[in-house]
Amino acid sequence: MNDVLSWLTASAHWTGEDGIPQRLLEHLYYSGVALLIAAVIAIPLGLFVGHTGRGRFVVVNAAGAARAVPSLGLLFVSVLVLGPRLTGDTAFVVPCEIVLVVLAIPPILAGAYAGVEEVDPAVRDAAKGMGMRGPEVLARVEIPCALPLIFSGLRSGALQVVATATIAATVGLGGLGRFLIDGLAVRDYSQMAAGAVLVAVLALVVDLGFALIQRYAVSPGLTGRIGTRLGAERNEALDPSVTSADTRESGRA
Amino acid sequence: MTWFLDHVSDVLSLTGKHVYLAGVPLVLGLLIAIPIGWLARRYKVLYPPLIMGTGLLYTIPSLALFILMPLFIGTRILDPVNVVVAMTIYTVALLVRTVADGLGAVPEAVTQSATAMGFKRVRRLFMVELPLAVPVISAGMRVAAVSNVSIVSVAAIIGVPQLGSLFTDGFRRDFTDPIVVGILACVLLAITFDLVIIAITRLLTPWQQVRRATR
Repeated sequence: MNDVLSWLTASAHWTGEDGIPQRLLEHLYYSGVALLIAAVIAIPLGLFVGHTGRGRFVVVNAAGAARAVPSLGLLFVSVLVLGPRLTGDTAFVVPCEIVLVVLAIPPILAGAYAGVEEVDPAVRDAAKGMGMRGPEVLARVEIPCALPLIFSGLRSGALQVVATATIAATVGLGGLGRFLIDGLAVRDYSQMAAGAVLVAVLALVVDLGFALIQRYAVSPGLTGRIGTRLGAERNEALDPSVTSADTRESGRA
Repeated sequence: MTWFLDHVSDVLSLTGKHVYLAGVPLVLGLLIAIPIGWLARRYKVLYPPLIMGTGLLYTIPSLALFILMPLFIGTRILDPVNVVVAMTIYTVALLVRTVADGLGAVPEAVTQSATAMGFKRVRRLFMVELPLAVPVISAGMRVAAVSNVSIVSVAAIIGVPQLGSLFTDGFRRDFTDPIVVGILACVLLAITFDLVIIAITRLLTPWQQVRRATR
């Protein structure tokens, strides 16, 4: 334990190309890019499926099936198959990003779809009764109501990506996973454990960050931060720290 | 395909190890999650901290948790026990909420009838509430089983043999056959776990079959 602490506090490990800040930035960069691409693909698709009810079967099963595919195997296959067709750094980065995106899509898709589908039909009817048309109902009623689940999908997608980006160090990518893999290669347990601590802390921070964004991005009428009795009950049900179980279950690598 | 035919026995023995590393934690995790879930349901104050606390454990990436295990339980890094304990932690993290919610879904009228019939708290839990919570708990077990099978493969990186070893082995030799076989074996194993849990659930909840038949 002390070795790990002294590794973490040694100033040499906080500077340069392979220092902690640089590795952290790489990790965040790979994860951020993947999450962004996945969100751009999955959120509109999920909203469409939730709004129209088309393709429901595919979405529900895709999320389940994706959980069963081991990400490590997927990563290796994609690097071996795509790597030789690319040159330089992209030979590693592109296959990794593809895998990260593929892994992040199912939870985000499921969140967006479930969020829209679970909007109270009475609310939807009320919107139609007020004269809103399909796209307007989606934009002004369904999406705001779906935000808690959309965020919980993003949150589990983000966790999945951050965890898998760690593994991506095995195929030569940077990121915090390097400390685990390099430490393993030279049998330096304190480096491995220190890297593992950093990765775990990063995952927790990302998770809490999403919980906070979720809490403040969602309409107070939905989270019950306005003090009605009904609101207080819903607050418990929608507390972002507790809600995300449905979609976060898939968030793992 | 020929690679697979030449290595059937290797794949089978790795599958056996995989079943052990993913299956044992599933059972242990359930046994640990039941009392914790019950506590979270019984004492309302405990619900948020218990659910949040176990939820946070689930956010720790698997490779990191495998590597950190020796620090907590004093094992050697290559010891498969690390993987079993880490997987048990993940299973508990998933199931505590499921157990608590499953127990919470038991109708009030049923628990009151049980009390009126003279069931004391512990007996009521095991003979009335837990059996009625089986469908919900089983849904959580299915998620945990499938994700366990997938997560265990990551342990190949730290050198614990199971189906994930086919991934590292194939990658090292620039050879996709073992990797593809490994992925298929993992998916098949996940489906098998799923079917077994469904079968056990059916055995434990005969009333659901009756309801289905009379509908």
